[in-house]
Amino acid sequence: MRRGAAPGGPGRTGRHVVIVGAGPAGFAAADWALAAGARVTLVDLADRPGGQYHRRPPGAPGPPSFERRRARVLAHPRCAWRSRTAVWALEQRDGDGDGGAGLPPLVHTLHGPADAADRPRAVLAPDALVLAPGAHDRVLPFPGWELPGVVTAGAAQALAKGQRVAVGRRVVVAGTGPFLLPVAASLLAAGARVREVCEANGAGTLAAGWSHRPWQLAAAGGKAAELLRHTALLARHRVPFRTGRTVVEARGEGRVEEVVTAALRPDWSVVPGSRRTLSTDAVCVGHGFTPQLELPLAAGCALDGGFVAVDGAQRAGAPGVFAAGEITGVAGAPAARAEGALAGWCAAGGDPAAPVLAPLRRARDQGRRFARRLARAHPVGAEWPGWLREDTVVCRCETARYGALCAAAADPASGDPRVGKLATRAGLGPCQARICGPAVAELTARLRGQAPPTDWTPHRRPIAQPIRLGELARPARSTRDAEQEEHDPHAPHGEHDPHGEHGEHGGRGQRT
Amino acid sequence: MSGGITLLVDGEPVTGAPGQSVAAVLVAAGRPGGVFCGMGVCFGCLVTVNGERDVRACLRDAGDGDVVGTQPREPS
Repeated sequence: MRRGAAPGGPGRTGRHVVIVGAGPAGFAAADWALAAGARVTLVDLADRPGGQYHRRPPGAPGPPSFERRRARVLAHPRCAWRSRTAVWALEQRDGDGDGGAGLPPLVHTLHGPADAADRPRAVLAPDALVLAPGAHDRVLPFPGWELPGVVTAGAAQALAKGQRVAVGRRVVVAGTGPFLLPVAASLLAAGARVREVCEANGAGTLAAGWSHRPWQLAAAGGKAAELLRHTALLARHRVPFRTGRTVVEARGEGRVEEVVTAALRPDWSVVPGSRRTLSTDAVCVGHGFTPQLELPLAAGCALDGGFVAVDGAQRAGAPGVFAAGEITGVAGAPAARAEGALAGWCAAGGDPAAPVLAPLRRARDQGRRFARRLARAHPVGAEWPGWLREDTVVCRCETARYGALCAAAADPASGDPRVGKLATRAGLGPCQARICGPAVAELTARLRGQAPPTDWTPHRRPIAQPIRLGELARPARSTRDAEQEEHDPHAPHGEHDPHGEHGEHGGRGQRT
Repeated sequence: MSGGITLLVDGEPVTGAPGQSVAAVLVAAGRPGGVFCGMGVCFGCLVTVNGERDVRACLRDAGDGDVVGTQPREPS
């Protein structure tokens, strides 16, 4: 059996496994759930599998192992690939009478171009649910970060790799984490000039974290080699890589035109006299990743330290619900694939003690160790709030500024966090605190003289993806119809529609 | 250029490539607007596409002839 591939094999367990997210974790889950004999519905917002990790221009092939997996999974007779499908809610089933007890929630979906009108709804009723929705960039606020042209490191990567578009012509990359290097490399490949890469943590912190328990690094050899390649590329292009330095301000009229960088002490306070101005037309910032927790919370999963807590079989604490990938811990694609495989196999009813799972558990554990190494080498320093000014935007959606946060914290009436939220509006905008939540929680705690939260749980978001009233008002396809259509290759939805004849593109098939 | 697509953005023609998202077309044309996360979580890139309001430009594929209207945030 080829390393990493699911075992071929007989036997149908007859279970229906729904997998949300077709990135490395979810895609692996589909592969192994199929191998264990389940029928699988794989759901993703994008029009092709791979998630953020495997972003590439349309038509361009991915790595060979990914393409082999794609061929196995998408063409499998027991697999329904629901692309361009948003999961907008999970609904707990009743325990009474209809056998809902012990089953995972119903999965409410919308299918069609992103945020279109009149998308059809379908409800899935799985026997087991695997959640692998991934993570998104975490960005700490700084003066001017709301200017056009300031984007996350992930956005720069997605545009460069997925669309062959460079976010600017003279780009600065800043933040912390090994992700900054591949982003700079992708920008160079897309034709941008990268003016500087600024890693906020100093050489001492980086060296101590990376070289911790060096015997474990050998096992992470692949990752280390990849990072060395990126470093070599930057050197060839004469891109300065500065440690202990970050962007503390973006300035410009209508678009970012220059940044101010400053040297940082290990606690991320600014070294006086170290500020320098750099002209730029795009800034890519990343301070690690935040897991997307609204679906796990809605499913009733247990959380630990800001991530979904899972057992050895990737069970997530709610009946019939499994979790895999970045939501259990930011540990990179190899760990995500291993977790996904375990989750898919076990969700499908495969034997959790099967010997074929042992290499997966080793890969997962190795990934987790790597994640701890990252955390040690790339911490977020406690004194980042020192970069903020009264007028610094902390909530982008509502343009809520740091001064308002300070005022609310000083007001005894807003002792309750929800009152404070109403006073400042921070977190109440369309993104529902996905972007500002952790930062606002930390700032508010510090302003009140409390210890910053060690982890941050978002408030529940019962509507996980936007749905229009008109879409909500129309009845969903019944669960039975939805399941029947999934496995009918001639049904009008999903990937069995190569000529787009069935209203998938905007405008066609809509009522006027 | 064969295969290129043309969008009308706030009344002006903007060219792009097939398979690009609306956000990619806008960014490539020097109009980054509210694009921030590039993956649909920040809701900063909302545009109107062919009459549909509040579409995340980073998630929507651009089609030839699409009429795109930017949705500036209200000043506060």
